[in-house]
Amino acid sequence: MPKLPLEGIRVLDITVVWAGPYCTQFLGDLGAEVIRIESLNTFVPLGRGPMAHPTEETLREMSPWTGGTPDRQPGARAWNRYPIFNAHARNKLGMTLDFLRPGGMDIFKRLLKISDVLVENNPTETMERLGISYQLLQGQNPSIIMLRMPAYGNDGAYQNHRAYGLHIEGVIGHTLQRGYADMDPSANTSVLMSDAAAGTQGAFAVMAALHHRKRTGRGQLIELSQAENTMSFLGQSVMDHSMNGRNAATLGNRHPYAVQGCYPCKGEDRWATITIFDDNDWTAFKQALGNPDWCREEKFSDSISRYHYHDDLDRHIGEWTQRFDSYEVMQLLQNVGIAAGPVMHQRDAYADPHLNQREFFEVVHQEDTGTHVYPGIAYKMSETPIKTRRGPVRLGEDNEYVYKTLLNCTDEEYSELESQGHIGMDYPEEIP
Amino acid sequence: MPDLALGDVKVLDLTNLVAGPYCTKLLADYGADVIKVEIPGLGDGARRLGPFPGDMPHREKSGLFLHLNTNKQSITLDLQTEAAGIVIRELIREADILVESFRPGTMAQLGMAYESLRSINPTLVMTSISNFGQTGPYRDYRLTDVMVYGMGGEMYSTGIAEREPVKLGVNVLLYQAGATASVATMGSLFAARDQGIGQHVDVSIMETQAGSIDRRMSTLIGFQYTGEITGRNPHGSGAGYPFGATPCSDGYFEVSAGRGYFPRAVSMLGSPAELDDSKWYAPGAQMDMELKQEFDTMLMIWSLERTKSEAWAIAQKSRVLSAPLNTMGDLAVDPEFNRRGAFVEIEHPVAGTLKYPARPFIMNDCPWSIRRPAPLLGEHNSEVLSRLGYPAEDVVRLRQQGVI
Repeated sequence: MPKLPLEGIRVLDITVVWAGPYCTQFLGDLGAEVIRIESLNTFVPLGRGPMAHPTEETLREMSPWTGGTPDRQPGARAWNRYPIFNAHARNKLGMTLDFLRPGGMDIFKRLLKISDVLVENNPTETMERLGISYQLLQGQNPSIIMLRMPAYGNDGAYQNHRAYGLHIEGVIGHTLQRGYADMDPSANTSVLMSDAAAGTQGAFAVMAALHHRKRTGRGQLIELSQAENTMSFLGQSVMDHSMNGRNAATLGNRHPYAVQGCYPCKGEDRWATITIFDDNDWTAFKQALGNPDWCREEKFSDSISRYHYHDDLDRHIGEWTQRFDSYEVMQLLQNVGIAAGPVMHQRDAYADPHLNQREFFEVVHQEDTGTHVYPGIAYKMSETPIKTRRGPVRLGEDNEYVYKTLLNCTDEEYSELESQGHIGMDYPEEIP
Repeated sequence: MPDLALGDVKVLDLTNLVAGPYCTKLLADYGADVIKVEIPGLGDGARRLGPFPGDMPHREKSGLFLHLNTNKQSITLDLQTEAAGIVIRELIREADILVESFRPGTMAQLGMAYESLRSINPTLVMTSISNFGQTGPYRDYRLTDVMVYGMGGEMYSTGIAEREPVKLGVNVLLYQAGATASVATMGSLFAARDQGIGQHVDVSIMETQAGSIDRRMSTLIGFQYTGEITGRNPHGSGAGYPFGATPCSDGYFEVSAGRGYFPRAVSMLGSPAELDDSKWYAPGAQMDMELKQEFDTMLMIWSLERTKSEAWAIAQKSRVLSAPLNTMGDLAVDPEFNRRGAFVEIEHPVAGTLKYPARPFIMNDCPWSIRRPAPLLGEHNSEVLSRLGYPAEDVVRLRQQGVI
C-alpha cells in the first residue's frame, strides 16, 4: 500500500479565517501531519465561526453558510459546529497554546524543532507583536520552511492594512470586472476568490520548497502577498492595460464575443446559463428549440448581428428557457452540442448525478457535530487516492498526542499547562 | 545557473487555452523545464484570443497567451501522425510530468492512454484537466466559464435577489482550476520521486469549484447541517453597516465595518458628535434600516469629498476592513505594487516589451524568474529534435511532411 505523498512532513498551522486554513487543508489532504495551533483565550472573528457562545436566537440571524450549525443549535461546543470553519478543517490535528501566556513560546519552540513547515496569514504587526519571525524559526530549526501569506506583503505602506478577500479583490481590480454591467458595484456580493487562490498556490509553494529542500537540504522563507498572488488570475486584463491602456470593466454574464447569458427557468429563482459561439451552435440551437419563427429574423442571421441584438435574443431565449427546469435546459442543449448548464444551488449539488457518480461527496463523522455528507477532494489521484481521513478538527482535540507523544510532556507538566490556560477543549464562558 | 525550486523537473505540456497552461506556467516559472506541444500552423487556442496590441490579431501577440506561457519551450507536432508519435514517446520517456487538457478519450485515441504510457515511463505523473473529469454522465459536455461557476461554484448566491445570478470576472475560475491541478501534480511528483509511483491525476474543472473555499464548501455544509439554501440577498440588505461600496470623488471605496467593528467606522469618520448618540449602540441598531440609511448618507458625504485612495488610508488608520475599487490603470501606477515587484517587464521578439503580472509568491532561496518569454509557435522544434538525436535533414523532412 503506497503512502500518501506528504506522509512524514509535519506542518504547524497558525493560520486564521480562510486563505491560510485552505492552504494547510491541501497539505493535510496529501498526507502531511498538519497541527493547527489555536489559543483558548482569543476567539478570532470569523475564525472558528461568528461567535464562541451564541444563543439559539443569534444563530438564527446568521446566514446558513456562516452560522448554520446542525439544526441551528449551538450544541455543547458551537465552535466545532460552524460551516464556515468546517469547510477547511478536515485532515488536520488540533492543539491549543497561548503564545501570550508564560511558557507559550517555549512550547512553540519545541514544536518548531520537530516540524518541517510553518504556515501563517496574519497581519505583519500581529506576528511582530508575538515575536514570531523567520529568524526565530530558523534559530530552532535551520531547515524549516515558513510560508507567510499577508494580504499585501510583509513590508511597505500596506503591510498592516486590514482586509478580507473581497477587499483584496477590490484593490487588484477584480471587483470592477465582475457584477451587473448596468449597476454600480454596490450590487456586488462579497466573494472570496482570492482566498481560494492564496490557499491553493500557497500549498503549491510549500511543496515547491519541500522539493527544493530534498535536493539542497535548505529550508526557506516564502512570502505570498494575497493581492499579488491573485493578480496573476487577471493576467489578460493586466496585459490589456499594458498593451492598450484599457481598463477592463464587467460584462455581467456576457461573453466578449459569443452570445451568453443566465436565463430564468421553470420554478422559483431557478436559472440556467447558455453560451452560443458560432453558426454551428446557432443552427443546433434553433433545431433544439424547434425552429420557432423568431429565429428566422434577419437580425439573428449571423454572429455579429446576433451580438448586436443580444438584448432581443436574450428575451427570446428567456421565454424558451422558462418552459423547462434548469436541468432540462442543460440536457436539451448539451445533447446537440451547446454549452449550457443549470445554476446549481446547494441541494442540486448534493443530488447531482455527476458529482455523485464521481463520488465527490464523503460521509464524515465528527464528535461534536455528528455524521454528515461533506464536499470532498477537488481532484482524483489514481494510486494514492486522497480522502477525508478525519472530519473537521475540534478545538484542542489532539492536545494529548501533541504534548505527551510529540513533546514528551510529563503528566505533571501537562496538568500545569492546563491550569495555565494553554490546554483545553473549551473557550472560557467570558468569550461571547 | 540559478538554483530553481523545480530545476530538476521535466514537464511535457499538451494543454490548451487557460486552465492547463496556467498549471504548467506555475511549474515553469518556478524552474521546471516545460516543453509545450502545439498544433502545427495553428498553435494553442489562446493565441487567437486577445487582448492584442491595437486589437490587431496576431498569433505571437495575444496577451493571454504571452502571460500564460512564460518560461516554456514550444514544439509543433501533428499528433495524428506516426512520426509525431515517435517523438512524443521520446519526450514522455524523459518527462517527470505530462499535463494534458484534451477532451476525455482523446489521449486514448492518440495512443496515449495512461496505462500505455506507463509502460514507457513507470513513474510518469499524468495530469488530465478537463471540464467535468474523465468519468461521469457530464464527461463529454461542453463547459464555459459562466457554467463552471453556475454548476460547480457559488453563482447561485452571487448577485442580488432582484436579478439573475452573476458570474465572476473574466476567466478567473479557469486559473483556479489550473492552480488546483498544480497542487495535485506536485503531490503526485512527491509520490513518484519518493516511492517510485507514477499515477494519473483526474482534475474536473467543475469540482475545483465544488471543492473551493470561495464559499461553496461552506454553503454546501451549511445546507447539509440546516437544510437551508444560501441564495442572493436583496440589494442593499445584509448584516450590519457600513457594508459595501460607496462612491468617492474618483470612483468607489468599499468598507466592511458593521456590528462589532462599528466603532472603527465611527473613528474613520472622525468621531462626529452625531455618532455619539446612544441610539447607534442600542441592541438591534445594526439591523435598523432607518439608522442604516442615516449612517450611509453620512458616509457618502464623507467619501465623496475624498479620493478612494485617501479614503482607504484614513480607514486603515482606524483599522477598518476596506479597499479602493481600483481599475487596472490604478493598479499599474500604484507605487507599492510597483516597488514590491508585482509587475515585470518582459521583452518578446515579436510582441515587444510589455508589463506582465510577476511572481505570485516570493521564494527567498530560489526566486521566481523569467528565463524566456512565451515561445513563438514551434520556436524550439530544431533544438528539441536535435537533442533527441534527429539529424538536421530529418527535421527538414518532418517540416515538409507537416508533422512539425
